[in-house]
Amino acid sequence: MGFPFWILAALTVAGALAAVLLRNLVHCALALTVAFAGLALLFLNLDAQFAGFAQILVYIGAVAILVVFAILLTRSTETPKDGGVFSRTWFVGLVISAGAFAVLGWALLQSQPGLSLGPATAPAATVQQIGTALMGRYVLALEIVALLLTAALIGAVIVARHEREGTKEG
Amino acid sequence: MLEKADQIFILLRNWLVGFLPAGWQTAAGVVLGVIGIVAVFPGLFAITTVLERKGLGRIQNRLGPNRVGPFGILQPIADAIKSLTKEDIVPRDADAVVHFLAPVFLVVVVFMGFAVLPVGRNMVLVDMDASLLFYFAMGASTEVSIFMAGWSSRNKYSLLGAMRAVAQMISYEVPLLMSSVVIVMMTGSLSLVKIVEAQNQYSYGLPHWYIFTPWGFAAFVMYAIAGTAETNRSPFDLPEGESELVAGYFTEYSGFKFALFFLGEYLGMLSISGLGATLFLGGWSAPLAVLNWVPSWIWFFAKVMLSIVVFIWVRGTLPRLRQDQLMNFAWKFVLPMTLLDLVVAAVWRFMGDGLLRWFVCSAILIGVYVAAGRWGMRSKHFGPRSYRYAE
Repeated sequence: MGFPFWILAALTVAGALAAVLLRNLVHCALALTVAFAGLALLFLNLDAQFAGFAQILVYIGAVAILVVFAILLTRSTETPKDGGVFSRTWFVGLVISAGAFAVLGWALLQSQPGLSLGPATAPAATVQQIGTALMGRYVLALEIVALLLTAALIGAVIVARHEREGTKEG
Repeated sequence: MLEKADQIFILLRNWLVGFLPAGWQTAAGVVLGVIGIVAVFPGLFAITTVLERKGLGRIQNRLGPNRVGPFGILQPIADAIKSLTKEDIVPRDADAVVHFLAPVFLVVVVFMGFAVLPVGRNMVLVDMDASLLFYFAMGASTEVSIFMAGWSSRNKYSLLGAMRAVAQMISYEVPLLMSSVVIVMMTGSLSLVKIVEAQNQYSYGLPHWYIFTPWGFAAFVMYAIAGTAETNRSPFDLPEGESELVAGYFTEYSGFKFALFFLGEYLGMLSISGLGATLFLGGWSAPLAVLNWVPSWIWFFAKVMLSIVVFIWVRGTLPRLRQDQLMNFAWKFVLPMTLLDLVVAAVWRFMGDGLLRWFVCSAILIGVYVAAGRWGMRSKHFGPRSYRYAE
């Protein structure tokens, strides 16, 4: 864990905190984008190019934009002045997220004993190796994901379609 | 001698770096590369603006700028001084921080894309394994900055322009990626350097560029359409349609911030042209084997400027699309055609050498194109034009 890691970690945590604490919803979404970017840079810091760039492409290019669209299309961006930024159920949320974090952390620590000991020899995975693995060993998982996404796409088209009887064109 | 002309920038960098102590040389080399990119592409941007105004003037039967310098070629310098000295107005209700960050973010992200473009033999700033993915990741990030600009201005026109721009860019990013996937499939690499090397071969003195294959040509056409839309150029310039939205997402920008948006837009155009040249037109390789003595970087920039000229030509020729036409075109024509092109590329790959695959692949593509056109026209019920008010 070198110096760059701590800078990136600070950036990511600051972005995530700002996403929770800021008053204006669009500011929150932009802060969330900063947190996504921090995560992508952490991947790159670990020499995982594919994961890092895919994170930028999907999370900054698509998910952040989707969040922003959802905010703009559904409600006003300002939180009302009276009352804090937290909702009334903040304590339950805190407990749930702490529980999720604890389970994930526990699973990670259990997965490989002695992971944090000594300098790890980083396995150099090229994009080509990832591609070969996806097309070879994990092809079933890939196909299932593809099927799921196609179903989602068709579902979106059906939801967005005008409900008009008798006409072919929507 | 010619060898030296080809590698002149590399030699120049190595010579300059040689003055420094050994520990600093790598870092200094990278900095020099960055300086090169930051100097050359805005220079091309200046040339492009004057070329565009002159070219559009010629198309529209007028002279274009002709006051500053001989034939008006010093116009960009005057423009730069003007935008530097103009007052920088921030609307009272604008979100000052986001309003300031948007143009900066846009220009930074667009410049990052140039880092992976191979502009000549051995001339690439970062030669990484997943450079194509990096390029698209950077391209996708521009959407955030456009949204930031439109939202922070607190102006209806700006917000409408930003929403249009983001919707359009997301829609056309899919075909843009898909048409590049064909190239990745055939090369077997995401590295732009390797993609150029795969095309830098000649048989009978003719190059192996991907555009000279049925699937490559189809992918190139789709790429050009999606790239034009991605850079918000006419006929896809709805986000900033002057007649409807003043200037779209940068309505409330003035002075140098406006110039930065302008710069970002033209740099985006240059970089999408550069990527197109790299993917389909052989990057820095010469169009004929006998022309290999010309330095490789000249070919790259010649191809980029040629596509810029086509961009200008298209802008002067085609009328603007309507929003629903724009979306229908992306999702109902361009995307299915790119998917078909993926299948055709696979057919090409597994049919082996020979003339037969040329006929089969071309027949599939042309057949589907014509059939889709006929089928689409049938449902439109085109008849003689009727004028509601003019008669």
